[in-house]
Amino acid sequence: MARTKIQVRGLRVCYGPKEVLSGIDLDVYENHVVGLMGPSASGKSSFISVINGMINFEDGASVHGRVHIEGFGELAENNNHVALRKKVGTVFATPIPLPRSIYENVVFGAKLKGVPRSELNEVTEESLKKACLWDEVKNRLSDSALKLSGGQQQRLCLARTLALRPEVILLDEPCSGLDPISTAKIEEALSELKRDHTIILVSNNTKQIARASDFVAFFYMGKLIEFGPTERVFTNPENKMTDDYIRGKFG
Amino acid sequence: MRINPRFTDKIMGGCLTLQALFIVGILILIIVVIFIKGFPYVTAEFIFSYPQDMGRLGGIFPSVVGTIFLGLLSIAFATPLGVGTAIYLTEYTKESSLTRIIRFGVESLAGIPSIIYGLFGFIFFVIKLRMGWSLLSGTLTVSIMVLPTIIRTSEEAIKSVPKNLRTVSFSLAATKWETVTRVILPSAAPGILTGIMLSIGRAVSETAAVIFTMGSSLRLPTSIMDSGRTMAVHFYILAREGISMEKAYATALVLVCSILVINIVAYYLMHKMVARYS
Repeated sequence: MARTKIQVRGLRVCYGPKEVLSGIDLDVYENHVVGLMGPSASGKSSFISVINGMINFEDGASVHGRVHIEGFGELAENNNHVALRKKVGTVFATPIPLPRSIYENVVFGAKLKGVPRSELNEVTEESLKKACLWDEVKNRLSDSALKLSGGQQQRLCLARTLALRPEVILLDEPCSGLDPISTAKIEEALSELKRDHTIILVSNNTKQIARASDFVAFFYMGKLIEFGPTERVFTNPENKMTDDYIRGKFG
Repeated sequence: MRINPRFTDKIMGGCLTLQALFIVGILILIIVVIFIKGFPYVTAEFIFSYPQDMGRLGGIFPSVVGTIFLGLLSIAFATPLGVGTAIYLTEYTKESSLTRIIRFGVESLAGIPSIIYGLFGFIFFVIKLRMGWSLLSGTLTVSIMVLPTIIRTSEEAIKSVPKNLRTVSFSLAATKWETVTRVILPSAAPGILTGIMLSIGRAVSETAAVIFTMGSSLRLPTSIMDSGRTMAVHFYILAREGISMEKAYATALVLVCSILVINIVAYYLMHKMVARYS
């Protein structure tokens, strides 16, 4: 059995009086893809923003319970969120390139992290290759990132995250606005990436979760309904609700 | 009886067009008048030679130098302070009674007549801090005067930077300060630059506050502790004392043209900056 990279115990998140996650226990294994699925407002994105510490920017959000990230420590005890985000990278639902060149986008985080100037070219090539974007942009790295197509922009966002060499990568519905070809490319990248990284993939698309993840967690109304190996959950769900969700009866 | 809406639409469209043309017309009229009255006297010699007999004869070189110094130095003082305040108000604090007080203070500063700044600068910088009538007193006074403009325009520019760029920057392990300097300020730069341009325009065209603090010496200022005269002050004194209307209009023309040139150059730079990556 693989090592546990992220251990979550009794996680509870509230926005003011409203509880959006309650009593979540979850283990994320190293070098695996964990898919989080569930309808809107089931707490998937809140879960992600707990792991990357971005929830601290939200007004009135409070987090209870234990989250332990191997190699970083307890989130509640270590509040160096900049250090956390060097280990935990995030790709958001809508691709948001910075308004500058492709190259500048990729090296943005790496520069801040202190990667020497002489290594930046290497980092750029490596990250873009891993994100399956290198061949499409290698001759125009100095072009504006805003000129890329939506699918390319999203892979650029992935490359930009990879340039930080994170241990964990969080993808918050990364393909929600993309066409099937771009989606396939991102999924292709993920299957390679899990060799070196631990990945959490949030998606509304159950088919994508079935294709791309090793383990799956089904969230509903802030609760973790079911967690297990993807194949088992999709062929033989323990919970009636999971079964209904997978069959598309709701959500 | 109801007027036909299409008719109303046409009438109003016409009225609004006329209004807009009227505004442009006024601008053109002012420039044309100054041009006609001043152009015959503007020569390279006029710009680069020293005045004689209180400015009745000769050129305006010292006041050109004084204007450039005042414009640049006041911006050099006011920009860091103003942009810093704007960054604090937008990025480093939440809306609270403190920010409301600061904003109220800024708005009040903007509403104070420039002569009051002049009196303040005279009492505080010239007398109390013993700076005398000098470029330094003048630039400090004018910097305070243009601060509200810089703060307001910078604040608007920073606020208009999309929030998700901040999110992205933070997610890439940037600190707040790195986010401000590498993401927010570059994106807000065109707006901030507009504020700075407006401020330069105000600084070089100011008279009341400058006479009180910088004096009106006609000699060439060689240090920031020297008194000096800007073109606007020179123009004012020439016209008001009835020394020479020809030279007054010529000075005004040089001033107006330099402001136009500054604006055009700034516009060009701004467009280049915006066009670079979009």
